[in-house]
Amino acid sequence: MGIICPTLVVMTDMSLEVRIPTILRPYTGGERIVEASGVTLAEVITNLDLSFSGLGERLLEDGQLRRFINIYINDEDVRFMGGLAAPVKPGDSLTILPAVAGGSGATIS
Amino acid sequence: MLRIRRAIADHMLTHALADHPDEACGVVAGKIDSDLPERFIPMLNAARSPTFYEFDAVDLLKLYKEMDAAGEEPVVIYHSHTATQAYPSRTDISYASEPNAHYVLISTREGLAGAEEFRSFRIVDGLVSEEQVVFLD
Repeated sequence: MGIICPTLVVMTDMSLEVRIPTILRPYTGGERIVEASGVTLAEVITNLDLSFSGLGERLLEDGQLRRFINIYINDEDVRFMGGLAAPVKPGDSLTILPAVAGGSGATIS
Repeated sequence: MLRIRRAIADHMLTHALADHPDEACGVVAGKIDSDLPERFIPMLNAARSPTFYEFDAVDLLKLYKEMDAAGEEPVVIYHSHTATQAYPSRTDISYASEPNAHYVLISTREGLAGAEEFRSFRIVDGLVSEEQVVFLD
């Protein structure tokens, strides 16, 4: 058995870690955790999109957070933290999770 | 092909019947890449609707953190259709976001009593493919 080298994420002072869900990992070259920076969620998403082209569009629609994408900062839903204006600071952990949702959809209320 | 223990499938069916006429939903977690669903995790349908389901956002994060810590993934994501057949709807397809999961649909619609449908699908890039279900004792 060979030596297993875990992937190192080099964190700079201003960065935070972002956990990427399976369905968005094609944008990050398969990485589960990537680094980003910013002082608001909006800035973090802008920076993520610069590093991983196309990722921003999967999170935003018409400049707003997509309804069926959940983003958490340190385990708190950003919808209760000001949405895109939610403040972030170095060392924070940001988690992106698509909603698990669906249904027969005969009439969605 | 989905291979699943009959006892777990029975739990899913019981959950679907209990929540009828609202849609029931949940996950069966298993070790990453094992393709073996082992841990039955019924979830609350935050939508409490007969035509829609959605995991509560707080529960969702808790679930994924637990699975991460245990080296698990959602091998099965299940929900019920309470008035239509056990086949993915356009809504199901548009929200499907786990390309590695088996999407199990259970129909509890009228007229099936005792013969509820239990079917499994892959939903990847908007394409649905049904797969065989093998029940293990």
